Amino acid sequence: MIQEFLVTIAGIITVAVSGIIIGLFLMGFDRIVAARMQARIGPPLTQPFTDVRKLFCKENVVPENAIAWMFNFAPVVALASVFTILLYLPIAGLPPVLAGQGDLILVMYLLTIPALALVAGGFASGSPYATIGAQREMVTMIAYEFPLAIVIIAVAWKLALSGIAMPFTLASIQANPVWGLVGPVGVIGLLILLMVLLIVTPAELSRIPFDTPEAETELAGGILVEYSGRNLALFSLTQGVKTVAMASLVVALFFPYSLAAAAGISGVPALVLNLIFYILLVTLVAFISVSVVRVSMARFRINQVVSVYWIYLAVAGLFGLLLVMADHLLGVV
Amino acid sequence: MTDGKPKKTVPYTVPIGPVHPALKEPVMFTFGMEGEVVKTVDFAPGQTHRGIEWMGMRRNPVQIVHLTDRICGICGIVHSLSFARAVEKIAGIEVPERADYIRTILHELERIQSHLLWAGVAAHELGFDSLFYLAWRVREQSMDLIENLTGNRVNYGIVQVGGVRRDISDDQRPLIEKGLAYYRGLLDQMATVFLEDSTIRMRCREHGLLSADQARLLCTIGPTARASGLNMDVRQDYPYCAYGDLDVKAIIPPGGAHGDVYDRIVVRLLEVGQSIEIIQQCVDNLPAGEILWEQKMAKLLATCRKAEGEAIGRVEAPRGECMHYVRMDGNEAPASWKIKASSYSNLMSWVPMLEGEQLADIPIIVASIDPCLSCTDRVSVVRGNHQNVLTKDDLTRLSREKTRRLMA
Repeated sequence: MIQEFLVTIAGIITVAVSGIIIGLFLMGFDRIVAARMQARIGPPLTQPFTDVRKLFCKENVVPENAIAWMFNFAPVVALASVFTILLYLPIAGLPPVLAGQGDLILVMYLLTIPALALVAGGFASGSPYATIGAQREMVTMIAYEFPLAIVIIAVAWKLALSGIAMPFTLASIQANPVWGLVGPVGVIGLLILLMVLLIVTPAELSRIPFDTPEAETELAGGILVEYSGRNLALFSLTQGVKTVAMASLVVALFFPYSLAAAAGISGVPALVLNLIFYILLVTLVAFISVSVVRVSMARFRINQVVSVYWIYLAVAGLFGLLLVMADHLLGVV
Repeated sequence: MTDGKPKKTVPYTVPIGPVHPALKEPVMFTFGMEGEVVKTVDFAPGQTHRGIEWMGMRRNPVQIVHLTDRICGICGIVHSLSFARAVEKIAGIEVPERADYIRTILHELERIQSHLLWAGVAAHELGFDSLFYLAWRVREQSMDLIENLTGNRVNYGIVQVGGVRRDISDDQRPLIEKGLAYYRGLLDQMATVFLEDSTIRMRCREHGLLSADQARLLCTIGPTARASGLNMDVRQDYPYCAYGDLDVKAIIPPGGAHGDVYDRIVVRLLEVGQSIEIIQQCVDNLPAGEILWEQKMAKLLATCRKAEGEAIGRVEAPRGECMHYVRMDGNEAPASWKIKASSYSNLMSWVPMLEGEQLADIPIIVASIDPCLSCTDRVSVVRGNHQNVLTKDDLTRLSREKTRRLMA
């Protein structure tokens, strides 16, 4: 019992540390790649690490008219909740640290908590820019939840139809890659769902074109405008780990493959191979849905964000879902 | 500047400025917001007054030309040209034809670099940083060309009362040709990336509207007025320098003007193309001859000292008409010198453009008139904390008093 407990604790610490490292790496990678696409040199890969270290050394300013306890509490909650998400997601082909204790529905709810913490922190800042940013963050959240839910439910529903018990657990999804369960029509449907999820990702991470809550030129950083020092460092770490969490969710839902198992390798080499494969996949997802999108688009207005998600992506998602359903019916006939 | 509604109907005010990432120069905006919608607009310029006119009143015209170079960091030639033309008119100085052509070439090169700079800023305000980097990278070619021709990238120091300081040699012509060819090849690409991008169209079409009537009533000028469909351009209406010999037509958005932000992008991009052709014509027909009315500084200064009278020098700056009023009374320094920078006439158009728009559109609409505030700011009240708003009657009274003082 105690040994099991210690293993879990060790797992949590490992996941937290690797989440931070991979997250900051992804941020640095994004900055370099975006810079190269814009014909700039860009910062070194280690820049986010340096930035966070610097922020921890800096003074932590709490504005006079802020609600101090909420203002200081929000970044801690945000970081803690993204760590928790990682504990429920399979990483590098390994089962989740807290396997069997939560499923995709829980992950979906947990994903809203960092955003809610940001909103609380924004409202507690007592700055009009942060207030507008917080309102926009809430609207963005409401906007992207629906397409996100469609994607998750579509995948789980397909698993359930295929007679797999407990379709919402990540272990079942990992054991039964969803691509193997569908025919050609279903593959098109799944590709559409994958696209929807990749477009939800930049909004979840507040990146251009969905960075309206922060909107540098409009709100001077919006929700984060009053944050500095340690608190801002915690939010930067949250941003990094959240990138890992979202990318891992995409990988867990659509690419739950283990390269080592396919190659018939086991033991430590398998672990290393899976880790490399996982980092490659996560980087690829981050590259497509963060770097490429943000380099090639202008920022949307907040009402445009809502119509993009509720109209275009919801319709696309439902269409994808319909294709998966049609595929199932065809398969039955 | 508010629409007269009582303050309590507006739930909250959002201050933008005097220093804010949306603004490239200091100006203080106060917006009355309802949710994300701008209800009332008020702005207070005068945050970056530098007292240039005051400095000029203690210097002779040749020294002032150097000062005018420093009024604006972008319009390096507009102010000096405008001032020099006013002084030349008063003193009856005839500018050699070759100098007029060189002035025109640099004037148009400046328009190219200014419009490209603006295009980058506009893209950045929209959150489209890739376009911002692209626009500023291609702008470098014009900056390099200007450096080659004048010796400086900004504050060119090329204009002199009675001509220009540097000649364009035959060795430099291939460089100009090369630069022009570069921009010719690039124009289509720039038009595609700016005008056919769906996110830019979404953000700019039918936003920041200024009807032709409003534009006329508010006396807007330059690309802002032309994008609203007003056919006006100093180069066309009152040709100066070499423009009389050239065929310059005011550029109005093809297919009818909407008067929105998008049209302002269209007008500026087309003007880059127009400038390329103007420079080409000038280079092809560059007349031979002197570049200065008088080489000897002592004689030039003596002529300026003897001059009496008043004149206005006007040029079409990249942002619109720029005007310098100079009055000489037989002394070393001018008796009066008044600058009307182009942005001064355009600032008031912010109010109708911004009302009813969303908060997200504020940066791009504010940027769409290409405001140049440090050129514009002529007054700043620093005594005490209270601010006085001067009405039209106050200003009329003050100007009459000043005229009487000047006449006395």
